[in-house]
Amino acid sequence: MSISRRDFLKLAGISSLGIGFSATDLLWKNRAEAVEYMSSPKGLTAKRWAMVVDLRKFKTEEDYKRVIDACHYIHNVPDFGNLKDEVKWIWTDTFEHVFPFQKNEYLPEGVQEKKAVLFCNHCDNPPCVRVCPTQATFKRKDGIVAQDYHRCIGCRFCMAACPFGSRSFNWRDPRPFIKRLYPKFPTRTKGVVEKCNFCVERLAKGLGPKCVEVSNGGLIFGDLSDPESEVRKILSKHYSLRRKAELGTRPSVFYIIGGDEDA
Amino acid sequence: MYDAGKILLGLIIFLAFATFPFYTNMGKAVAKPDPKLDTPVIQQMKVKQCVESKEFMRAEHMQLLNHWRDAALRRGERLYKGSDGRITEISFQNQCLRCHSNKKKFCDECHSYAAVKPYCWDCHIAPKEAKNEH
Ligand code: SF4
Ligand code: SF4
Ligand code: SF4
Repeated sequence: MSISRRDFLKLAGISSLGIGFSATDLLWKNRAEAVEYMSSPKGLTAKRWAMVVDLRKFKTEEDYKRVIDACHYIHNVPDFGNLKDEVKWIWTDTFEHVFPFQKNEYLPEGVQEKKAVLFCNHCDNPPCVRVCPTQATFKRKDGIVAQDYHRCIGCRFCMAACPFGSRSFNWRDPRPFIKRLYPKFPTRTKGVVEKCNFCVERLAKGLGPKCVEVSNGGLIFGDLSDPESEVRKILSKHYSLRRKAELGTRPSVFYIIGGDEDA
Repeated sequence: MYDAGKILLGLIIFLAFATFPFYTNMGKAVAKPDPKLDTPVIQQMKVKQCVESKEFMRAEHMQLLNHWRDAALRRGERLYKGSDGRITEISFQNQCLRCHSNKKKFCDECHSYAAVKPYCWDCHIAPKEAKNEH
């Protein structure tokens, strides 16, 4: 029994159709029509999120510690106990280091010694995004510079590009160095970079950043593009500084220094 | 045929290596995976149904998780409306694992059988496997 050329071609045609049309293709197609992804209506939105740090409100060690501990707990930030391995989302440094060109010996008393609260500036023109080869670091529509840890290959280009030291690398497995695991947030893993995320996971639920919540008014968060927002109102009344503004990264974090309450 | 002996020996060694996995596993009955759904949260559900059909989830959960990751992380879209219209919060750790709180008897059961080692758990915290947790 022989098969004619015509029959053979027909058969081949039908089987090739079958290959392209696997069962899972059908599953995805049936599903794809109904499926939708949405943002939560409860979520907070903005055109450009920004933070104001009112350093006048930070008076005691406890004021600094409170905001740092709150953030590091809910984000499972490890504490390696040494500076070399340090991983940080929010930290402090001296006025001199933070604003190197603002220093002069005639500054009001207390300013020189004052520590600043630091986190990622969520720059409007972020060099870390530009250098990331995998787009693990990217800028969201609301201005937040976010990081997808699934995609981070640990090349540390972003660390080299960030002029503010806002990023930390996990040289070792961070898990054993998290004192109290916070079960609702993931940890990171060895070989990835991490940083402050402006609490995107909380914004999606309608909550502001954690550090702001516990800051007793020292940190103010809001939409920089909205003239009616709290951050804009404060910025319009007080002289503020941004870190290394001359570099052109356009930080979204502003500092009110002020010697005393009504400076 | 100068090197027939060497070639034959080479062939035998090659065959021995290539079929090694079959020999070592031969006769060993590996238990068929039997993932369990009896967690407290699932027990309490009126309709015991994941975000999509069982068939879909079985075959495509890894794809779905990738889509969920991109939606939540990149686009900030943290709600998923499935094909039956139900809306679920997108979160592997807080949503998937809320029902499937039995990592060992649900996730590991098949993953071990299929010898895949997903790295989800390097970052996502597995639920505590308490017997009668709530
Ligand atoms: S502060 Fe650094 S890490 Fe943050 S957005 Fe700017 S350049 Fe990137
Ligand atoms: S370390 Fe990660 S986030 Fe940074 S540039 Fe490399 S891939 Fe991107
Ligand atoms: S905004 Fe959120 S992530 Fe950033 S320092 Fe504050 S608490 Fe931490």
